[in-house]
Formats: sequence, C-alpha cells, structure tokens
Amino acid sequence: MRRSLVAIWALGLKELASLRRDIVLVLLIVWAFSGSVYSVATGLNTDVVNAAVGIVDADRSALSHRLRDALQPPLFQPPADLAAEEVQAAFDTGRFTFIVEIPPGFEADLLRGRRPQIQLSVDATAMNIAGIGTMDIQIIVQQEVAAYLAARGVTLAGERVSAVARVMFNPNLEGVRTVAIMEILQNITVLAIILVGAAVIREREHGTIEHLLVMPVRPTDIVLAKIWANGFVILLAVWLSLEVVIRRLLAVPVEGSVALFLLGTAIYLFAATSLGILLATIARSMPQFGLLAIPLFIALNLLSGATTPLDSMPEGLVRIMQFSPTTQFIAASQAILYRAAGLEAVIGQFLAVAATGGLFLTLALARFRAMLTAQG
Amino acid sequence: MAAAGVAVSVEAVSHRYGAKTVLAEASVTFPSGSMTALVGPDGAGKSTLLSLIAGSRRLVSGEIRVLGADMRQAQARDGIAPRIAFMPQGLGKNLYPTLSVVENIDFFGRLFAQSATERRARIERLLAATGLAPFPHRPAGKLSGGMKQKLSLCCALVHEPDLLILDEPTTGVDPLSRRQFWALIDALRAERPEMTVIVATAYMEEAARFERLVAMDEGRILAADTTAAILASSGTANLEQAFVALQRPERRGSTEPLVIPPRQEDGGPPAIMAEDLTQRFGDFVAVDHVSFRIERGEIFGFLGSNGCGKSTTMKMLTGLLPATSGRAEMFGKPVNVRDIETRRRIGYMSQSFSLYEELSVVENLRLHARLYGLKPDEASARIATTLGRFDLSDVAEARPNSLPLGIRQRLQLATACLHRPEVLILDEPTSGVDPAARELFWRLIVDLSRREGVTVFVTTHFMNEAERCDRISLMHAGRVLAVGTPEKLAAERGGGSLEEAFIACLQVADGTPAAPDAKAPDAKALDAKPAAEAASPPRSPPARSLLARSPLAASFGRILAFARRETIELLRDPVRLAFGLLGPLFLLITLGYGISFDVERIAFAVLDRDRSVESATLTQAFESSRYFRAAEPLGGDREAEARLGAGRLGLAIDIPPGFGHDLRQGRAPELGIFIDGAVTFSAETARGYASGVIDTFLRRLARQEGSPLPEPIIDVVPRFRYNQSFRSVVAIAPGVIMMLLAMIPAMMTALGVVREREIGSIINLSVSPASVGEFLLGKQIPYLFLGCVSAMMLVTLMVGQFGVPIQGSLSAFALGALLYVFAMTAFGLLISAFVRSQVAAIFASAIITTTLALNFSGYLYPLSALTESGRMMAHAFPAAWFQMISLGTITKGLGFSAFTLPYLVLGAFGLLFLAAAGLFLRKQER
Repeated sequence: MRRSLVAIWALGLKELASLRRDIVLVLLIVWAFSGSVYSVATGLNTDVVNAAVGIVDADRSALSHRLRDALQPPLFQPPADLAAEEVQAAFDTGRFTFIVEIPPGFEADLLRGRRPQIQLSVDATAMNIAGIGTMDIQIIVQQEVAAYLAARGVTLAGERVSAVARVMFNPNLEGVRTVAIMEILQNITVLAIILVGAAVIREREHGTIEHLLVMPVRPTDIVLAKIWANGFVILLAVWLSLEVVIRRLLAVPVEGSVALFLLGTAIYLFAATSLGILLATIARSMPQFGLLAIPLFIALNLLSGATTPLDSMPEGLVRIMQFSPTTQFIAASQAILYRAAGLEAVIGQFLAVAATGGLFLTLALARFRAMLTAQG
Repeated sequence: MAAAGVAVSVEAVSHRYGAKTVLAEASVTFPSGSMTALVGPDGAGKSTLLSLIAGSRRLVSGEIRVLGADMRQAQARDGIAPRIAFMPQGLGKNLYPTLSVVENIDFFGRLFAQSATERRARIERLLAATGLAPFPHRPAGKLSGGMKQKLSLCCALVHEPDLLILDEPTTGVDPLSRRQFWALIDALRAERPEMTVIVATAYMEEAARFERLVAMDEGRILAADTTAAILASSGTANLEQAFVALQRPERRGSTEPLVIPPRQEDGGPPAIMAEDLTQRFGDFVAVDHVSFRIERGEIFGFLGSNGCGKSTTMKMLTGLLPATSGRAEMFGKPVNVRDIETRRRIGYMSQSFSLYEELSVVENLRLHARLYGLKPDEASARIATTLGRFDLSDVAEARPNSLPLGIRQRLQLATACLHRPEVLILDEPTSGVDPAARELFWRLIVDLSRREGVTVFVTTHFMNEAERCDRISLMHAGRVLAVGTPEKLAAERGGGSLEEAFIACLQVADGTPAAPDAKAPDAKALDAKPAAEAASPPRSPPARSLLARSPLAASFGRILAFARRETIELLRDPVRLAFGLLGPLFLLITLGYGISFDVERIAFAVLDRDRSVESATLTQAFESSRYFRAAEPLGGDREAEARLGAGRLGLAIDIPPGFGHDLRQGRAPELGIFIDGAVTFSAETARGYASGVIDTFLRRLARQEGSPLPEPIIDVVPRFRYNQSFRSVVAIAPGVIMMLLAMIPAMMTALGVVREREIGSIINLSVSPASVGEFLLGKQIPYLFLGCVSAMMLVTLMVGQFGVPIQGSLSAFALGALLYVFAMTAFGLLISAFVRSQVAAIFASAIITTTLALNFSGYLYPLSALTESGRMMAHAFPAAWFQMISLGTITKGLGFSAFTLPYLVLGAFGLLFLAAAGLFLRKQER
C-alpha cells in the first residue's frame, strides 16, 4: 500500500515535470481556459441579442418609423433599410436573420380598421434565434401598434391577467454567463481525454511503460498517477479560469459554491481521464487515437445538454446520454453554478459520474497488459 | 587511393548546442574514392560532423565543400543532394515501418526521380546483393536489426551516390550480418571506385579494415591519415591503443587490463532458470523450447543473430510477456506478473532507450530511486555515487535526447544498477558505446558479479565481451544452439576464435527455412551480382538524369513520391482509415438526430392556491400544449425554488388565491411565473411559450363567457425562408458537415510532420533534393482526397438518411468542399510544423477547430448576430466561409455565382497556411 502510494506520487510528479517541458502544450492548456473562454464569451450571443434586422418600409409613415425605432439594441441591431428587391440577396448572403416588410398604406389601413398585415421573413437556418426572435418581434409590433392607437385615443380591451414572469437564477438572462461556463466545461472534456490518452500512447511508443512494468510498479499505479497529475493540472486551470476569467475579466457573477463545483470537476476528471486511458488502450497509434477521440468528445459535449437542451432530444437518445458522465456533470455544474444548488441536490450526479469513471478505469486496467503485448 | 581529388573538405568548422561545444574548429579532408573510418568516443562530435557534411544540419561556422559545392548555400546543397547518401545512426531510423522492403527503396528511388524501369532494376540488384530478396514484401518494422540496417543501406544506395556517409551502420548488428554488410560495401566500391565512403564506427577492429582513419575527441580532429601511418606513428600494436595514445592524457581511461577473478560457487539454487520456455506470436515461434540455468553471481552471455528471440526471452524472464508454454523461475520461484517483491531484486535495461526523454539525467535517477522505495537520504547518496561511478556527473542536468547514444546507454545501465539488484538483465547494454566506455561497463559488471554476487544476464554482439562471460549461449531462430564457457565453444567450433565459432554455428543452422535472416552469406550475394547486372538495363547516369528533366516535372515527381508513400501508409492502417471515414458518419447520425433547437416538453408544475375552475382550466391549457409537460404539482413556495434549482423543472406557475374570482370580476389578477434562467436560450423560449399559452387560455375563457376578446388589430405574418417546416436537421446537417470536415482532416495532417519528427524519418527530407514545400504538399494530397471522399459520403448520408435535399448546386458544394478541405489540411500541417509533440498536435487541432468551427462559423450562432470581435474571428478562419457555401448550396438553393468570394478566400487560406508551415519547418536541423 505504502509502496503504491510512493510510486503513484513519484510517477505523478514525473508527469508534471514532463508536461512542464512541453511549452507549446502548456500554452495551449492556458489558452483553452483563458483566451478561448474569453473570446467565446465576448464574441457570441446565444439569446436574441444583437440580431440583424432589415426593414423594407413601403409605408414611410409615422407608425412605420415608430416600429423601426422599437426594434433596438440590445435585442436587435438598429434595423437597416432595404429595397424590396434586395430581400432575396440579403438572405442568401446571410446578412440578416429577420426582415420586416411594411406594406404601403399600412398606417392608413390600420386607422380605417382594415387589419393590415406585416410580413416578417425569417432565415430559419439560424435555428436558435429564429423562433424566439419571431416571437419577440411579434410582441413588440403589437405593443407598438397598441401604444400608437392609445395615443390617438383608441384603447383596446384592458389586460385581463398580469402575468409576472420572474426568471430565476439569471434574472437578466445574460447569455455570456451560460456560454463562458459551458466553454470551460466542454474544454475540460476535450483536455482530459486527450492529455491523458495521448500521454499513455506516447509512453507506449517510447517503451517507457514497458520499462516501468519491470520495476516494482503496478499498472494501477501508472494509471492512477496519470489521472491525479493531469487531473490536478486541469482542475487548477479550471479554478483559475473561474476566478480570473469568469469573475474578474468577464465580471460574471457566480452564484453557487466554487468549492462544490471543483469537487464535482475533480470527480468528473477522474471519469474523463479514465475514458482517455481506455481509448489509449484500444488505439494502436497516435493517429488512431486522435481519430477515435474526436467523434467521442464531440458527441459527449454536443449531446450533454450544454449547447442545446436535453429536453429537445429524442427520448431514446436522452436515455442513452444519461449514462454519459459528461451529461451528468453538465447537469450538476449548471445546478451548482447557476442555481446555487447544494451538495444534496447534486450528490446523485456525482455518484453517477464516479461510477462511470470506475467502470472506465476497470476496463482500461483489464486491457492494459494486453495492449503492451498487442503492439508487437 | 583511387583518385587524387578531394571529395569533402571541412575548414575550421565549429558547432555548439546551447552552451556546449561539440565541434571546435575542426578541419579535415576526405579524398575522392577513399574509404575513411571516423572513430572517437561518444560525444566526440562524429555524428554532428557527418550530418553537417550530409547537409542535414545547418552549418553555422566554418566552411564545408562537398563534391565542389559550398554547403552554406541552399542552392548548392540542393544541387548536390542527389549525389550524397546519408544513413543516420539508429537501427532503421530513416525507414517507414509500415512500408514493405520494396516500397521503402522504391520511395527513395522516386524521390530521386528515377524512372520505373530504372527503379525496378536497381531494387532487384540491391535486394539480391543484400540478401533481402526472399522477402521483398515484409514491412520494414518487422525486420530484425541487421536487416533494417541493410535495407537502410539499400535506400541510401538506390540513387548511386558519389558520397556515401554511414553513421555507425553496424551498431547492434550481429557478427554474421556485420560481415555481410562490409562485404556488400566492398563489392559496391569495387564496382564504383569513384565513390567516397565515410563511416563512423565504434568497432576499432572494423576501423582497421579501412584505408584511412580520422580520430576525433572532444570536438577536435586528433589525427587524419592512412590507417597504416597512424599505427606506425603511434608505435602501438593495434588501433585501440593507438587511439588512446592520441587522446589527451586526462581523457585516457584506465589502461590496466581487466582481470576477472574466478567465481566462487555457493551451491545455492540457481538465480534464473528456464525450462522449455516458448513464446508464439500467431504462427510465428519467437522462442522455441529454450532451457538454461544461471547460477548466482554468474555472468551469463546471450549471443545470437538479430531477431533470434533474445529480447523476447528476457521479457519472459522479467514477467513482461507471459510465456506461451514452459517454465521460468527467478530465485527459485516461478516468474509471476503480480509479484512485486521479486521485481525489486531485478535490474533491467532494454535494448532501445526506455527512460524519460523529457526528464534530466538526475531526475530519471531520482524517479527510479523513488519507485524502488529508497529512503530520500539514501537515494541522494546513491545517486551521487552512481553519477560518479558511471561518469555522468557532467551531464547530470542534461536531458537524454541531447546526449549521444553511448552516454544514454550508460545512463540506462546506471539506473538499472541504482537499487542494487541481485539480478541484472541487460539487453545489448554496449551497443553504440565507445570502446573506453565499454571497458568501464565491464569493469562494473565484473565488480558487481564478483564482489556483490550479482547475477548478470547480458546480450551482446561483441565477441571480446562474450569472452569475458562465465558462460555463453548461442541462440538462433528461437532456439539455443550451444551453451558453454567461451573457451570451450571457441575451441570446439571455431578453432579458437569465438567469432568463427558463432558464425559457423549460424551457418550450420542456416539450412533450416525458419532462419531467413542469415540466408545470404556474402559469397552468394556477390555471385548473384553479375547475373543481376546483366539483367539490368544499361546504366544511365543516375542522379544526372534528374537534371535532364525539367525542374517542374522533377518537383512534381517528388510531390507524388511523398503523396504515394503517405497513401500507402494510410492504406496499411485500415483502422485509421475506417475511423477517418466512419467517425464523421457516426457523428452526423447522432448529431442529426440528437441536436435540436426546438424547445419542447418543458417540465412545468403548478402551485394552485385557488383551486377554482379557472385555475384548473389554466393548468389544462399548459398540459395540452406540446411545448410543456406536466410534473408533480407543487406543495408550497419553497418547493418551487428547490425543484427549479435542481433542474427538475423549467417553469413553475403560482396561481394566487382568488385568481378565478378576480378574473371574473375583470380585476386582472397577478399570475406568478417562475422560469429557470440557467440556460438563457431555453428560458427565453419558455417565457414566450408561456405567454402564448396564457393568451390562448384567456381567449377560450372569453369565448365561454360569450364575450370574445377583440381580434388583433394587425397581423404579423412570419414567413420562414429556406426551412419552412422549421426542421432542426435541415439547419444542422450542413453545419455538422462543415464542422466534421474541419476537424477530421486537420487532425490527420496535424500528426503528419510531428510524428515523422518523433520517429526520426524526417531526416529523409533534410538529405533529399526535395524542398519543404514539396514535402508538405505530398503529405497533404492523400488527406485532401480522403476529405473529399468523406464530404461526399456525408452528403449522401444527409440526403438518404435525413431526407435533407440539396436545393442548390451540388457541384458548387463540391468545389467548396475541395477548397475547404485543402485549407483545413493545410491548417493541420501548420499545427504539425509548429508543435513539438504529437500530444500537443492532437490537442491543438482539437481545441482550435472545435472552438472556432462550433462557435464562430455561423453554425450555432448566425454570423450576423456576432459581436464585432466575434465576426472578425469568424472571418479569420475557413470554417465560417465554408458554412456559407454549405448552407447556401444545401438549404438556400444557391449556385456557383454566389460564392466567388468564399472560394477565393478558402483557397487563399490554404496557401497561407502552407506558406506558414513552410516557414516553421526548416529543412535542416540546427
């Protein structure tokens, strides 16, 4: 037992020393948790903010100007004027997601009670804002028209219910928070799988693992050393990223307990690094490993509920993805960081992640010696 | 000497690595047609000098002229490159392990622009001469060490060079193969007397056969003259002593002859015992019923041809490989993989370097001390003595990859001895080690055996080392041929010479078909030559034929040579090919089904404090909406927050007491809606849907009361373009294709250059006439092709499986895909040229392409909605440009004319990335 601990410790330190020597790799890790997170947080809008709107105003009335003024930042970019014949080209080049077309005589028709129509063209390939934006524009237009009529003394039927929508945990629906934290979570997966898996392949290609196995070292020791050392580096990077990039640079408030989140991350790192080692025992060379790892982490990340909600996936797939430690970890992280959930709320997910990690580790160890004989 | 001219002149050349000087003002000339041996201890600067002459390393100070060309000038270097052949140190380092024997040679022939008939004739002749003819299709990686060296020589000779540079070509090669190797060189020289040969060697007895000798030490030339003259002037009997006489006195080792005291038999159980030990790999029997006993404190030598099963036997004894059958015992106990305690008593040194390159010498020792559980103070004391004992103090802080082979071997032995093992298993510990250091090795080994009773089990190719063993065994093709004291074996089989005995043994065993290695003794090869020559076409001047062709055609030929080789390597690895083609399909299927932006079935719960008809109707309205899914009703305030917090609810509705009453009275009661805002996208959608449901509820209520609400005064009519049905997959599939074509091709090329650098075959670039650009393009072509195939497979799947039609021009898409894959494979090459390890290459390509292709491409987030900085980032990477084409042709129904700019930009990206990769990848080493 003591021997094992000493070996795991010594091999882990070795792992850190060799990581330190690969400057490019260190810089990439730093970038993954700083520059990459920052650029995504500042470069993207996940909600309808800043949507590009074009307007074809054939009416040129007070009302049509009023409508144009209502479509304003932060939800929309100031609308740009378009001629009717430019609409098709504007969509083809992707310049606008929404184009509002106000017909001639719109204001006059309204005042005569003829119930005029406004065309709202939407680029439906921009799936994640097309739906919400359409709803938003409809509401804004109706409100503006009502207000316009009210100013002229025409009142519509009064509101019958005042529905007070309160958004919990993120009252202003700030997308930057979601995006920045999700970027960190996704990079954890990529890094954990690749860093550890590739390190195993490299040691195998250089014959160092074989040499270790002649010494009083068990495969378990080698694997656990890799897990703790690389896990530690990533955990440290995550913590710094949260404190420096998220809290300081992006000034995003983090509601929940950072300690609890880091505990969850540590457990997840155990699972993800074990998965990386398992892949390394399956792949016979570095290129194979790379090609095996990419589809895996893309699927794990994109289907984890981090980019698109789990609810909207087909039920069978949702059930399968429940077995993915990434899905469980994302759910737990969202609960902790966005909703300030406590340990009792996420303990189930923690245990699930730990269990999958244990499974990966067991499989990896079972394949470990076989992998050395197989490489021939 | 054949000619009076000078082939190579070296004038005042100095070279340093960091602060360490490896060559100090070295000046020497090599006459044309001469054969010169370069001798000197490890770290004398031999390899550096040779690589400078060959042009694979950049000349920093001094002047070198090779065949009349000034090696400082790139153009001059390229001009004479076809006339030089360089075989670097290390067993088959410049070979491509998955390529067969013929394919390896063929590649070099193509690189030097030889025609097909020319190549076929040359290959046939070289194979016949080297005895490799019986297995032209065996992969180079599966050859034994000696055969690899011969193949390496074939590759060097395929273009009939005027200058042949061999860096320790016979290191690690068994005596028989060695003999064949030199016979081959002699035959070649007889045929082409104008060829100049320079050979670095660690074997003094080999050096003695050469007409000229250059002795080096500490980066200086000690002597350069004919071998006879050097012997005469030193007044010594042999070269070994002559060399010592040339060295500075403080560099000379102990000159006392090594006396081996007789061994005391202790009569205990044997330290190592093998009985009918057998190892099979498939049909191949690597070790065939091997039996031996090694007593405690005995030095047991293991001799045998390359690839005869020595290393495999050692691995079985250490427990690394489980034996197929038979028994192995250590210290009287069966070898057991799980027996950690026994492993403490063993020290092992593997044939190839297996310590950590990224740790310094002393760090490697420290790691070993820890792993063997030495106490810290004991460890530091032992490390200090070990550094002194193995003469490693000077390089304690250096990293092994900067050290010459001999010192690396010494480090390996030092680590194996660090924990004072009772048994030392040493696999070719002295291969590539200079004579003085080998002497030191043996003093240590003898000392350990006789004074500390350590059992030593050692393999070697040096006969003078074998003579020092207590007993030796001769092994060939998996079987032990003879065991006994060296004297006895030499007397019985070799008429007194152990080397003769060994070779005789091998030749006897040769009759068996299982021993192909040694099948071509020199005599046969030479006999075969005239016949082969007769069959070959008249010799056209080889390298010169290249000049006859237009430079453009030659350049194109080299690009194709690289491309062809890369393609063969790819085809040899069907698993990689399958991953590369099937991985994207798998992802398109999962993501096509899995990703959806439709927010549906949001879990909601109601806290009904009213319990009126109206509150029930409102709850029903939510229940009947396809956007919502009812969860267990709420019991109280706290519960709402808790369940939202745990992510089990997306929406909670709080219906206040008196809601129904107030509603009937027209008092606009307040309805509490609580939304989980964690994921902003879902929250916004949920809010919108909720207000829609409430609106429907109010209308229904009003109708029931008979006072319908007024219709809206205007209509806003949304018209969805391109994707009227609003199916997620229509928007997602083109993006997934864009993403996959970014990641997979980039990953494949990202490993290209850096992998060759890690394995060592990159050296072929530096000594070939090919330019960096040709090398990169050649590497890119197969992956470009693969990427295009992948694109077409993805489109077929998209149309067939998901029913997403291509609205626009398929050929416009195809052109875009071609340019995009070109840009992305070039991006991979750029990464590869920049990073230093494969790990970093995989990681860089994964993280950069995911972040940019996922977020800044217009796929998940439309470009028009990005911030200014985000848009700039998107435009600075090919993904966004191809997304325009992918989405445009598939969903928007556009054709060629819409994409002039994206096409141009993608092409420009590709060229730019290639140019940048060319800048980072230098042809010559520093």
